[in-house]
Parts: sequence; structure tokens; C-alpha cells
Amino acid sequence: MDLDHTAEEDVFRAEARAWLAAHVPAAPLPSLETEEGFAAHKEWEARLHSDRWSVVSWPKEYGGRGADIFKWLIFEEEYYAAGAPGRVSQNGINLLAPTLFDHATDEQRARVLPSMASGEVVWAQAWSEPEAGSDLASLRSTAVRTEGGWLLSGQKTWSSRASFADRAFGIFRTEQGTAKPHQGLTYLMFDLSAHGVTVRPIGRLDGKPAFAELFLDRVFVPDADVIGEPGAGWKVAMSTAGNERGLTLRSPGRFLAAAGRLTDLWRARADPGDTALRDRVADAVIGARAYRLFTYGNASRFAAGASIGAESSLNKVFWSDYDIALHETALDLLGADAELAQSEWAEGYVFSLAGPIYAGTNEIQRDIIAERLLGLPKGRR
Amino acid sequence: MRFLLDDEQRDFARSLDAMLTAADTPSVVRAWAAGDHGPGRELWSKLADAGVFALAVPEAYEGVGPGGPLPVELAVAFVELGRHAVPGPVVETVAAAVLLAGAPPLAKEWLPRIAAGEALVSMADATQARAPYALDADAADGVLVLLPTASPCALRLAPPGHGPLHPSADPARRLFRPLDGGEEVTVAAGAVGAARDWAAFLTAAQALGTGEALLAQTVAYVKQRTQFGAAIGSFQAVKHRLADTLTGLEFARPLLYGAALSMAPGDIAAAKVTAGEAAYAAARTALQLHGAVGYTEELDLSLWLRKARPLRDAWGRPSECRARVLAA
Ligand SMILES: Cc1cc2nc3c(=O)[nH]c(=O)nc-3n(C[C@H](O)[C@H](O)[C@H](O)COP(=O)(O)OP(=O)(O)OC[C@H]3O[C@@H](n4cnc5c(N)ncnc54)[C@H](O)[C@@H]3O)c2cc1C
Repeated sequence: MDLDHTAEEDVFRAEARAWLAAHVPAAPLPSLETEEGFAAHKEWEARLHSDRWSVVSWPKEYGGRGADIFKWLIFEEEYYAAGAPGRVSQNGINLLAPTLFDHATDEQRARVLPSMASGEVVWAQAWSEPEAGSDLASLRSTAVRTEGGWLLSGQKTWSSRASFADRAFGIFRTEQGTAKPHQGLTYLMFDLSAHGVTVRPIGRLDGKPAFAELFLDRVFVPDADVIGEPGAGWKVAMSTAGNERGLTLRSPGRFLAAAGRLTDLWRARADPGDTALRDRVADAVIGARAYRLFTYGNASRFAAGASIGAESSLNKVFWSDYDIALHETALDLLGADAELAQSEWAEGYVFSLAGPIYAGTNEIQRDIIAERLLGLPKGRR
Repeated sequence: MRFLLDDEQRDFARSLDAMLTAADTPSVVRAWAAGDHGPGRELWSKLADAGVFALAVPEAYEGVGPGGPLPVELAVAFVELGRHAVPGPVVETVAAAVLLAGAPPLAKEWLPRIAAGEALVSMADATQARAPYALDADAADGVLVLLPTASPCALRLAPPGHGPLHPSADPARRLFRPLDGGEEVTVAAGAVGAARDWAAFLTAAQALGTGEALLAQTVAYVKQRTQFGAAIGSFQAVKHRLADTLTGLEFARPLLYGAALSMAPGDIAAAKVTAGEAAYAAARTALQLHGAVGYTEELDLSLWLRKARPLRDAWGRPSECRARVLAA
């Protein structure tokens, strides 16, 4: 058991650190949940990509560096420590790309991945529907067979960044009246600018159009954009969900950097006699450290050939609850300034509040932990 | 990087687990609580045979550590001791071994006996504002008192004997004030702090094992207890509480092993507070989900339930640990 990095990893870290020091924008970019910020972030992604830092863990042929999981973690630590911008491409990179690596054809990978890596095409996830949230398999949007492809109809909602994104991936019902709701679903990709698509931005709690509703009226999708077998979309989708809750969506680097900034804030602002607040700052530091080490343990298991399982639900519950506590502590440290909507902490706070809701609510994750990791009997769902 | 126990370390845990299961620790604990140390000392020598105490003792003194103690293996062992609620000053004995290794004449006298399981050593912290208690001084062969840094000596070996018993919330933890007088000893600067860190580290491991045992017993119970025509473990309120218990323990574990790799005071403090809180939360959950039967002394569960709170507070209360994390 060790936490040692190899000489090669140290070289990689130094290279990443130097590049980031030279390129991270001096002033923070505008929020990526606004039109202006979205454009600025796309430019940043192109910059990252030009020196092959946008998708370090991908194979070289798609714009990556073929970095293993430990190097990926190192890169993420450096990325957030350098104060680099949030990633506008994250849904594509973290959710669609792993699905493509596992289930797509070579042609699909060659067509989709390079423009995702460069940020030229930004992807949105179109899974949720007004009547299908936690019970995702009850979704009703359909894909109906047509000459050379499929016609999509129905409504999707809560699609992050779809207000400004270019393309979307989602699951659609291709067979009615199957024995189980999970059957007869198909996973496919479509253009948000295609004929028949209406995108209606939805303002989140702070008013920013961070997600959108999609209305689909006989939108044509060619066969080439079906991922995996028609009818087997649930299986394809669930491999993505594991990635989402598992480590790719929230690398420890992000929380280590945030806990560091929180500690600085505490040293600068706090009343040294306020031990209750001090304890919460300490908990934020400890939580980031726990998450980092937990992730190293998982990474060690993956490196030894294990695959991500229900443990990813432990991850998800932990980081989402942690993120809120961290931000609440920062707001308490800020005192009267906490109410100002424009600070980095305020933006982070609003974002953190959604953590226990998206990527499968924490109630659903706790069911998974209890049933799959503790072996408790299935209850009524 | 391989932040995982290796096969040998996992086998060590499994063999200790099997040995302790066979030893029927609940009856050993009950005897210990009643002041009968016979079964406890017998178990102690089995632990020594399995190599537990030798892990803390350098080879020069008949232990197995090449230069010093083996923190990862000791953490593995102490998780198992916690899982089986092993009574006695196990933490204090190992921390004392680490401390005495820096005081050669005492080391020669005590370390081989500690490694062989022949000496139980208790340790009281006189640097504490509150009264320093020596755990199980009535069973110990020696009691070390850690002195405040201002005194010329670092520690004192209390004279044999003990005062009256101060009953603990956990009857298997028998508390005594150390006697006055005895031999004063000077060890290297920082050695006392290190001994305190070691005690905190081992208590964290013991707490983690205690929490694991509480969770396992509760999971087994909620699968078989039925109410309203269903196993209570199928109810969401029950499931979610157990899911949170597991999450708490699973995020304490890497902090413990991270601390074992660095033995840095801040890392140990982080492990101590997290494991202590997770185990205590596990105890609260266990008590609640067992219903009234969990509130009885008869059920063996009580042996672990009553340990969780003292372990959370021994050798570093949560707030002290948090302050230490930020000081690091
Ligand atoms: C910021 C944000 C971004 C999002 N981005 C996307 C995206 O990009 N693409 C996308 O497809 N979706 C996205 N979502 C949607 C998200 O996946 C859903 O909100 C989530 O799955 C929950 O569904 P719901 O909102 O319909 O809540 P519901 O399923 O209606 O649940 C409401 C409440 O009831 C609880 N509940 C429901 N069923 C149970 C049960 N069986 N047991 C216990 N409690 C239960 C839930 O936990 C929740 O607390 C996003 C959501 C947010 C907040």
C-alpha cells in the first residue's frame, strides 16, 4: 500500500502545471451558464485542446494523451489548483464519451470524438422527461422507424447547457407494450438545430439559463447515430450512469482546491474564537482529503482490473452532500457579503444545491447502496 | 501508487477475524467488565501469538518492525480488535511500546515482554486539562503517565497498584487515576506527542472496526425482523439510515490508511475525528433500528454500543482533532 507517484507521473504533473500557469486566464471567465460565458468557455476548451490537455485520458487518435487514471487525477488536481475554468464540455466528455468507447462503432467514435475534444461541438444529455425523473424507464418520448433512420417525438427536460449546446444524446422508446419498461428503449444522438427541435431555456434558481426543455416533433436521426443495438438503450445508458456518479463527474482536485480556498478565507476573515465555524472549516478540509483518498483506492482497484459498480453511489452521495456543506461554510464566513450574487462562492453555492438532485437523486442512490452494497430487501419503488 | 491493502495484509485481517470469532469475545468482554481478567489475558496472548504486539516493537527488542512499528499492519489489526470489541489497554500498550523504544533501559525491560504478550501497559495523559485516567490500570503491568511539556521529564512510570475504580460508560473500560510518584523518564523531544498521535491513530482504527461491527449486526437484524408484514430492512427510512452509516465508514477508512502511510499529526487527527464520528453514528443507528431490544444489556450489541462514544472521545476529542487538522 502506498501513495507514491512514479518519476514519469511527476514529469507529467510538472508539464501540466507549467502549461496551466502559462495559459489559465488571469481573470475568471463569465459564468458558463450565460451566452457570453458559454462562448468564452468554448474558446478556452479550444485552447486546452490545441495542446492536448482537454481530454488527457483519451487515446491519442481522438485528441487525448492516453493518460491512465492516476495521471488523469494528477491533471485534475493541477487543473483546479491553477484556478482553471469549469468545463463546458463536461457532459459530453464525462457521459457520452465513455458510452461511445464502450458501445459505439469505430466510425461513430471517429466522427464524434474529435469535435467533442476540441469543444467545437458541445453535447447535452437528454434523458429526463417531465413525467420521467427518478423513474427514468417510464420515459415516453418515442423513436419511430423510418427510411434510413428514426423519427423522434416527445419532450425532454432539465437538459444541462442545452440552451446553447449543439447536439444531444438520449434514450427513446422504440417499442410499445414491452413486458418491462426498461425494454424497447434505444440510445441515440441528434442535432439540437435539426428540423423539428424546439429548445426552450429554463432559468435555474439564480435566473441563469443553465438548462432547457426540448420539444421534438418528428426529428430525423440517421441509423448511423444509434449507439448500440436498437432496443438495448437501457443497458447502454446505465453504463453511462455509473460514470456519472462515479469518479469522472467530480474529481477530487476540484474539492481539494475549494477546501484550500476556504481555509484561506477562514484565515483572512474568521474570528479565531469561533470554534464552531473553525470545526466546519476543518470538516471541509477533512472531507476533501477523504474523497481524494477514497478515489485513489477506487483508482487502484480499476487499475487492477475491477470495474465501477454500486460503489459509485457512495461517491455520489458523499460529494454532493459535501459540496453543499463546503459552500454553506464559505457563506457563513463571508458574513453580510454572502448575500451578494456575483461572487464565486455564491455561484458555487447555487450549483452545489443541485448536487443531491441530478445524476440520480440521493434518495435513489441510498436505495442502491442499501440494496446492492448492504443486501437489504428491495422495497416498493 | 497502489492505495489498497495487499494480499498479505488482507490475509492477516482474515486470520485475526477468524481467531477472534472463535475466541467468543463477548464472554471475554463481560468477564473483563466484571473485573475477571483471566479470559482477557488469555486472548491477549493469542493476539501476541498472531504477531499483533510484535508489529509495534523493533527487531532489536524481539519485535518484527525492521526500524520501528508497522502502521499499516497495526491499523489492519486494530480494525479487527474493534470489530470484535477486544477489551483491555490494547491501544495504550502499543503506543507505550512506541514511546519506550526511545528510552533504551526501559525498552530493554519492557518491549520484549510487550511483543510476547506478557506485559499490558496503560497510559494516562497528564497534559489533559481534565483528570487523566489510566484505562484498565487494575489489569496493567505498568502505567505510563505523559507529563506536560513544561516539566523537565517527559513521562513517569507510576508505581504498581491503583486507586479506586471510576466506572466508565462502557463497563469494559475500567478507569483509574494513576498513583503519584514513581520513576521519571526523559525521552526525545516530541516523543510524547508522537505517542499521543499513535494512541489517536490506533483508537481511530478500533473505532472503525467497532462501527463496522455495529453496521453488520444491524443489517443482519433488519433483514430478519418483520413488522407490517415485511422485513423492516425493506423500508426506506431504515435503508437510508444504513446507507448513510456505510458511507460514513467507507470514507473514514481511506483517511485511516492515508494516516498510516504518513503518520503526520494532521492526517491522524483527520482519521480520528472521522472514524470516531462514523462509529458513533453507527451506534446511534444500531440502537434505533434494533428498537427496544437494542436498549438492553443482555444483547451482545450493547458491548459495541457502549464503546462507540468513549472511542470517539479518547485520545483526541473531535474538536481537538479538528483544530489539529487546521494547525497542520
Ligand atoms: C442542475 C440540474 C441539471 C440537470 N441536468 C440534466 C441533464 O443534463 N439531462 C437530464 O436528462 N437530466 C438532467 N437533470 C434532471 C435530473 O436527472 C432529475 O432531476 C433527477 O433524475 C430527479 O428527477 P425529478 O427532478 O423528476 O424528481 P422526481 O423523480 O420527481 O423526484 C422528486 C423527489 O422525490 C424523490 N423520490 C422519487 N422517487 C423516489 C423513491 N422511489 N424513493 C424515495 N424518494 C423518491 C426524489 O428523490 C426527489 O427528492 C438535471 C437536474 C438538475 C437539478
